[in-house]
Amino acid sequence: MLSQKTKDTLLGPLNANNPVVVQILGICSALAVTVQLKPALVMGIAVTIIVAMSNVIVSLIRNTIPMRVRIIVQLVVVAALVTLVSEVLKAFAYDVAMQLSVYLGLIITNCILMGRLEAFAMTNNAWDSLLDGLGNGLGYAIILVIVAFVRELFGSGQLLGLPIFPESWYAAGYENNGMMLMPAMALILVGCVIWAHRAYNERKQK
Amino acid sequence: MDNALNLFVRSIFSDNMIFAYFLGMCSYLAVSKNVKTSAGLGVAVTFVLIVTLPVNYLLQKYVLGPNALVEGLDLSYLSFILFIAVIAAIVQLVEMIVEKYSPSLYASLGIFLPLIAVNCAIMGGSLFMQQRIGLPATDAKAITGLGDAFFYALGSGIGWFMAIVCLAGIREKMEYNDVPKPLQGLGITFITVGLMALAFMCFSGLSF
Repeated sequence: MLSQKTKDTLLGPLNANNPVVVQILGICSALAVTVQLKPALVMGIAVTIIVAMSNVIVSLIRNTIPMRVRIIVQLVVVAALVTLVSEVLKAFAYDVAMQLSVYLGLIITNCILMGRLEAFAMTNNAWDSLLDGLGNGLGYAIILVIVAFVRELFGSGQLLGLPIFPESWYAAGYENNGMMLMPAMALILVGCVIWAHRAYNERKQK
Repeated sequence: MDNALNLFVRSIFSDNMIFAYFLGMCSYLAVSKNVKTSAGLGVAVTFVLIVTLPVNYLLQKYVLGPNALVEGLDLSYLSFILFIAVIAAIVQLVEMIVEKYSPSLYASLGIFLPLIAVNCAIMGGSLFMQQRIGLPATDAKAITGLGDAFFYALGSGIGWFMAIVCLAGIREKMEYNDVPKPLQGLGITFITVGLMALAFMCFSGLSF
């Protein structure tokens, strides 16, 4: 059905070549929007759409871009797409757009985008670039969701805003861990995710 | 303008770009292997910030803001494209200046100099500035004039510089430590930055 190469392009970034925990790209927003699950999900979807579309556009016009000004051309393509997505979000999901605040605009400077455009879209055709963009966007979204899941569950005892732990637990002395909501914990959690990922993959290779 | 000192100090300590907002993380983690290179990148980021932020402030105030250019016209939705264009142009300029006057710094920064254009700290500074213009003048975070914008940029840059030099210092020492193998490299660096961010939290609430 799908050839091996296509499969690698699409699924490689989900685990073995994950943009966040292996290539360490796009960390800023990965850390900042993960206090709750909902903004993290929206951010993951937005980035996936933008990476895929900008990959396709740049791949289509790659032969007409002069090498010297390619970064500016890429930035303009990305900025236009981000503006579109942010206007759409403001229209249909205003409160999430407000929660994401500047980090929505910062998708422009997300290193995953520039990294994929430079490394993949400039040298491959549009279909492969689409798959590559989708794969990398989803690889990014997975890490966001894992970190946000842990932070929202233990930090505020909720998932997607719905309470998870029964009242009786709180009555018995269980308390939400306020530290999970602090910026520092996002860094430490990502550190732990990298640790687990490397330990797991090393064992698999043996 | 009376707010400038407050903005300056807060943006170094309690609103630190790295520890409070995670801006500019990619190059922060990649270039912090030794103190000298990281200091060079810190200076370059500070310089680009203090040039681009006031320019973008003027752009926001006189072209993009509500009722700025023509009565009843709000061009804010163009701000992403215009801000990034200004930043990319100024970074190109800085690159040429550094190449001419300090070839050794140019060589050691390598690919990260052009990549300052896509450093989130620079774009983030401009986007935070755009948000803060809208705040009432009594708010401690409000940016009310060109001077405020300049000192906010300077403070953010110095905060970033300090953060990267501190991390580079720690990483240089950490080379001699016995870290579990899967945690080596970036894993332990993340946890170190997390602990540094916890330490910096004691500055929150600081104001003048």
